[in-house]
Amino acid sequence: MHLSVDGAEVYAHTGGRPFDPHRPAAAFVHGAGLDHTVWALQARYVAHHGWSVLAPDLPGHGRSAGKAPVSVAALAEWIVKLLDAAGARRAALIGHSMGAAACLEAAARHSARVAKLALLGCAARMQVHPDLIAAAENDPALAREMIVDWAHGPRGRIGGNPAPGLSIAHAARRLIDYAGAGGVLAQDLKACDAWAGGAEAAANVACPTLLILGAEDRMTPAKAGRALAGAIKGAELAVLPECGHMMMVEQPDLTLDRLRKFLGAA
Amino acid sequence: MAAPKHPRFATLSLHAGQQPDPATGARAVPIYQTTSYVFDDTDHAASLFNLERPGFIYSRISNPTVAVLEERLAALEGGVGAVCTASGQAALHLAIVTLMGQGGHIVASASLYGGSVNLFAHTLPRFGISTTFVKPRDLDGFRKAIRPETRLVFAEVLGNPGLEVLNIPAVAEIAHKARLPLMLDSTFATPYLCRPFEHGADIVMHSATKWLGGHGVAIAGALIEAGRFDWERSGLFPTLTEPYAGYHGIDFAEEFGPQAFVMRARAEGLRDFGACMAPATAFYILQGVETLPVRMERHVANTRRILEFLKTASEVGWVVHPELPEHPDHALAKKLLPRGAGSIVSFGIKGGREAGRAFIERVEVFSHLANVGDAKSLVIHPASTTHQQMDAGQLKAAGVGEDMIRMSVGLEDADDLIDDLKQALRAAVKG
Repeated sequence: MHLSVDGAEVYAHTGGRPFDPHRPAAAFVHGAGLDHTVWALQARYVAHHGWSVLAPDLPGHGRSAGKAPVSVAALAEWIVKLLDAAGARRAALIGHSMGAAACLEAAARHSARVAKLALLGCAARMQVHPDLIAAAENDPALAREMIVDWAHGPRGRIGGNPAPGLSIAHAARRLIDYAGAGGVLAQDLKACDAWAGGAEAAANVACPTLLILGAEDRMTPAKAGRALAGAIKGAELAVLPECGHMMMVEQPDLTLDRLRKFLGAA
Repeated sequence: MAAPKHPRFATLSLHAGQQPDPATGARAVPIYQTTSYVFDDTDHAASLFNLERPGFIYSRISNPTVAVLEERLAALEGGVGAVCTASGQAALHLAIVTLMGQGGHIVASASLYGGSVNLFAHTLPRFGISTTFVKPRDLDGFRKAIRPETRLVFAEVLGNPGLEVLNIPAVAEIAHKARLPLMLDSTFATPYLCRPFEHGADIVMHSATKWLGGHGVAIAGALIEAGRFDWERSGLFPTLTEPYAGYHGIDFAEEFGPQAFVMRARAEGLRDFGACMAPATAFYILQGVETLPVRMERHVANTRRILEFLKTASEVGWVVHPELPEHPDHALAKKLLPRGAGSIVSFGIKGGREAGRAFIERVEVFSHLANVGDAKSLVIHPASTTHQQMDAGQLKAAGVGEDMIRMSVGLEDADDLIDDLKQALRAAVKG
């Protein structure tokens, strides 16, 4: 569906079911240079099991107008405005990478709006190597190749995708070309790199929280994710085997199983 | 930060799409000879059927052995996904029915495999889908043939049997300007010799029966998607951008983004038309794909030796191959097929139809049969076999002369192949 947030038209996928603000809401927030399609399976499952789903394309990404958020804090505020636009008083927030950082900030700043928090591929700092930022600004194809290499575990590099016949690596290439075009990827990476509020936000989270990490994640290593989990009161932790940074596509079943257990019945 | 590293072609040929079997640790790809798969519970079953989880339901739709081949071919072509089919013709049919229905129109190169010509010219019109044929070098012809109801531009990378090299970037630009995808049959090239997606193609099909398998033991096809075509922006493909009642109103482009086409081809096309690949067939083709780079190098080397011989043979009137400097597409072949322009050679034997027949009956190492891309060398007389359904006009448009011999150069010792050609040519011309 299409919503208006900050005066710009936003596309939000609803998992194949109409969004009903009277049902419990779950918002899936994608990471840098991506769009809602990274959540295709999980969003569809959750939407068909009693939840109202919002899986937006962030501003400037994919089908959404506007400019890419200038900071993680700005994206956190945007998420709350998205809930307003959809008529959702509270929602479970499920974020990946940059989207997870923004969901963490939103949960800390707007505790009344966030029922549950699931953070995938997240750490208290999301520093980005200056070479990658430089490539995203000057040579997007090189940046794309760096991300495809660094973001994936064995199923992304060689294959063995649980989804029959689909290539994880090449789908990532085409998605970054599409959703991260026009400087969007570079802006996202700079926002991640500049984010310094993770530790403070972690201390202020009051809702039930789950972290899902990839055992072979080279972008947000599991060690850093464990430290973040330790800083959030009562946080649950799942480290997925044979998995890099893109757990929703590399280990879609394990990711969904942990999410559905955490979210519980709608 | 370290430079990005990705597995290269030869490594992908052996490994792409496979993790060692989780149940047994088997290194080779196991043949999962099963029709169906046990569900964990009713919720698991329902979520598989509703595309909420990945996995296997029934082998007409997907199978673990076939899935390894699909992912491997996608990796070799640089595509976002693949669907393997019962044959190359099944792959072509699957692509067409995924993109259009009654009233649809195709612009196709006239230089195609005879079976594809039959499908376009004689069979699809019964279902309301028409085709305009264009000479493969006639770029303006492609442009002019596109109509409001056109939904696909189709050609072969290397035309059959004339061996025209398609100007892929130019034809892709024409298609894209008309908001249409370009689909190529890349059977003669294989991804080792040409990667059409790098030149602008949107969909590639293979008769995997040929060089991908290489052994001539299994009929097989594949359909691969580049993932670059924006179906939504095109606005011409409701099968991919509008709700589909066959899956609870799913919108494939919205749900699956760059993989919309292969997802619809599988979810609807394999489910409803059913031209799936058998698991044992996938295993056979995988054995071939493992050695594809090594075999293609030998195919190309042998072809070059045979071209040298044919150019000097007094019984030969003409030789066509894109690697010959006099071929009209020589420069284009160097650009699009830098490792070699394939192992199909067409030549004309002096003495016309009768000499051609005599030649084919005298060869001993070469086999006379209706196939190409085997490890064994093959010859055929197209006018009386693969292209026999064509009338004189279509034959001329397809570049098939009555004296034409089409040769598929195999992996035997090149000297033995040349000796065989020498004796058969001598005998044929003597009469």
